[in-house]
Amino acid sequence: MSMLNIFNVAGSAISAQSQRLNVVASNLANADTVAGPDGNAYKARQVTFQTQLMGEVGAAGVKVSTVSEDQTPGRRVHDPKHPSADADGYVTYSNVNAVEEMVNMISASRSYQNNVEVMNTAKTLLLKTLQMGQS
Amino acid sequence: MLNRLTDSLAFHGQALSLRAERQRLIASNIANADTPGYVARDMNFAQALKEATGSIQPARALTVSQAGHLAGSAGARIEPNLLYATPSQTNLDRNTVDMDRERANFVDNSVKVEATLRFINHDVRMMLDAIKGQ
Repeated sequence: MSMLNIFNVAGSAISAQSQRLNVVASNLANADTVAGPDGNAYKARQVTFQTQLMGEVGAAGVKVSTVSEDQTPGRRVHDPKHPSADADGYVTYSNVNAVEEMVNMISASRSYQNNVEVMNTAKTLLLKTLQMGQS
Repeated sequence: MLNRLTDSLAFHGQALSLRAERQRLIASNIANADTPGYVARDMNFAQALKEATGSIQPARALTVSQAGHLAGSAGARIEPNLLYATPSQTNLDRNTVDMDRERANFVDNSVKVEATLRFINHDVRMMLDAIKGQ
């Protein structure tokens, strides 16, 4: 049944997209994190997708191959009264760009919806196949 | 007489399994819409169906060079000749999935799967009517 493999394909895409959404959520949650005692603020994370073969020819799922950290320097704000300020009076915030994260979130949620729709259609067609010859 | 009835059923059966294959291909394209470097694939349905029903020989038929070699029988198919979609708009991450085209293909293919299912149902009913002879 090659149609049953659609659930594996769309399922892998859904789980990859939800992991992307998860990363976006942690980035947004840490958008205003300041550097801890080690001096390193939170670094924005990003997932990289990779095609994953599903056994049959033509069935290609998705998996998250790596979660990488954005290495751009964090935002530095002059605030000498801040408890985490360094010797020059600068506080280092995380390097999360809220606008980029929102765009990423919308893209992930649309892709998620697309794959759910694919699953629903495949389910309807399979149910109709099961009733073949009965009506 | 009965094979005249079941011929049509066999044809639609082949068509249905090819449709399911194409549905899976399009689902894979949609799943990989955000994967860098993924190349969208599709199949030439008309040609695949002709090869599956044996009305034309597969493009890459088995070569028979020795006396003991088996010739591929009609309907024997090498994995479908999958084609690569040419992108209408190039993408920086070399992904060639065009979501509008994939969505249209997906709906088109699901409607045709349903049509094939109806054909099969109709064939079955016709055969039953013929057997009952009322």
